[in-house]
Amino acid sequence: MSLKSIYQEVILDHNRKPRNYGALRSPTHHATGHNPLCGDRIELDINMLDGHIEEIAFQGESCAICKASSSMMTNAVKGKSHQEAEALIQEFREMLVSGEDKSFDHLGRLKVLAGVRDLPTRVKCAILPWHTLHAAMNSTDSATTEADDHASKLVANNH
Amino acid sequence: MKMVDALLTPSVRQTIASGMERLRADFPILDIKVGDKPLVYLDNAASSQMPQAVIDRLVHYQKTQHANIHRAVHHLSDLATQEYEAARRKLQHFIGAREEREVIFTSGTTDSINLVMHGYGRKFIQNGDEIILTALEHHSNIVPWQMLAEEKGARIRVVPINDAGELLVDEYEKLFNSRTRFVGLSHVSNALGSINPIKRMIATAHQHGVPVLIDGAQAAPHMKIDVQDLDCDFYAFSAHKMCGPTGVGILYGKAHLLESMQPFKGGGDMIASVSFEKTTYNDIPYKFEAGTPPIAAVIGFGAAIDYLEQIGLDAIAAYEHELLVYASEQIRMIPGVRIVGDCPDKVAVISFVVDGIHPHDVGTLLNQDGIAVRTGHHCAQPIMQRFNVAATSRASFSFYNTKEEIEVLVAGIRSVQKVFAQ
Repeated sequence: MSLKSIYQEVILDHNRKPRNYGALRSPTHHATGHNPLCGDRIELDINMLDGHIEEIAFQGESCAICKASSSMMTNAVKGKSHQEAEALIQEFREMLVSGEDKSFDHLGRLKVLAGVRDLPTRVKCAILPWHTLHAAMNSTDSATTEADDHASKLVANNH
Repeated sequence: MKMVDALLTPSVRQTIASGMERLRADFPILDIKVGDKPLVYLDNAASSQMPQAVIDRLVHYQKTQHANIHRAVHHLSDLATQEYEAARRKLQHFIGAREEREVIFTSGTTDSINLVMHGYGRKFIQNGDEIILTALEHHSNIVPWQMLAEEKGARIRVVPINDAGELLVDEYEKLFNSRTRFVGLSHVSNALGSINPIKRMIATAHQHGVPVLIDGAQAAPHMKIDVQDLDCDFYAFSAHKMCGPTGVGILYGKAHLLESMQPFKGGGDMIASVSFEKTTYNDIPYKFEAGTPPIAAVIGFGAAIDYLEQIGLDAIAAYEHELLVYASEQIRMIPGVRIVGDCPDKVAVISFVVDGIHPHDVGTLLNQDGIAVRTGHHCAQPIMQRFNVAATSRASFSFYNTKEEIEVLVAGIRSVQKVFAQ
């Protein structure tokens, strides 16, 4: 696909008007996501209630791909259980890193980000918010794209 | 740069501009396409491209001259050693060093700075001593000194910059005291292109009896360097930013300082004799060249020096200055684009930000037009913090770039703005 079409309307729209943008007053869970390569940095706040994501908000300095991915992610996981959110994180990662020709129809609107797969240097931008979500739910203080291939490492950081 | 410009006649300045087609033909890679667009390579501050003459030299060495150096009595070893040492003399003359043994081959600027940190810093800098660095340094001239400061309990003092990206020399002079032991200073800022007034700053340090290391990675490719005129104590740069191969660079050091230092790496070639009771180190420069060096890369570095000198560093500086002036004018004319670091004395590096568009998006979209720029913090996070930006886009020019390419860049930036204005 043409690279310019990555910056399609829906991504530019989320970049311009990010959903769930800001901070929660007293979040039960929080994490900072940082991509040392480009300086993308996002703060993610969550209120977990009965194992579900009751409220979620993000803010920070980032590129359009990271901001759109964050915005769409917060929409997608709101109301989901911890387990459901983890499953979505795995599927989203798979969509961006696997070369397999697999249908990701169940990811719905998130599918517009699949084109980032053709921009290897930008995959980390799209994945950063999802790493950060994983870190926040597992109460790890920070996520970094440098642990890209080892989501489990983020959990390990807890210990 | 301004001085160089004034010295040159218009005819000399035309040398490069008029022979541009022939000159660009020396660089095979400039012919490639990115997708269906001709490559516009504006990431020369990160790494420059290699002319055919250097590629040929590497092949010739590998096909007919390769063996390990300083080791055996056979023909090839002798030949390789001669070529390797010939490259050292080329570098010596290139920077105007007094003696060839003052030129040490390293793996690059970072390695050179680490050599000075370990060889000089760990021996002579103690608890409570102070090291002066500047706000314009690349991480490679910050982190080694932080490691040393932490180990020794030394303190790092930082020379601030103004909004144009110029060092505040008056503030620098005030930082000296009886505990000042070392100054680390870039000749040219990699992120902004500012040329620092290093000659004056070196003289100030010497008045206090303090040695100075110059990080010349961004200067040596673009202007004539004379280490004796500068009177610097150390000067470091890398081959791959000046038409040579990756994996090699030099550290220039005054002979008496190099002799006083402890070795950085232990191993073969850096010794005079070894027993398990005692090892005696070799003389400089070999004391600092442990193990088998990247022989082909060193010889290729020598060929790159020949190539640059054939064009002439003064002609390169003058032509690149023209590119800088033209590019600055053109980029300033785009509404919503701001140049970060605008000091009067610069090499042809332009760091810029586009309102409302992250540099990574700028870089990805420019790449669509075949344009290679660097985006990010340029390994100079303190500078980004100083200008309150997370990152910038950086176009950095070489003598093989053209005004036409600058026009492609400007059109590319306008096209990025259009995509985001949708």
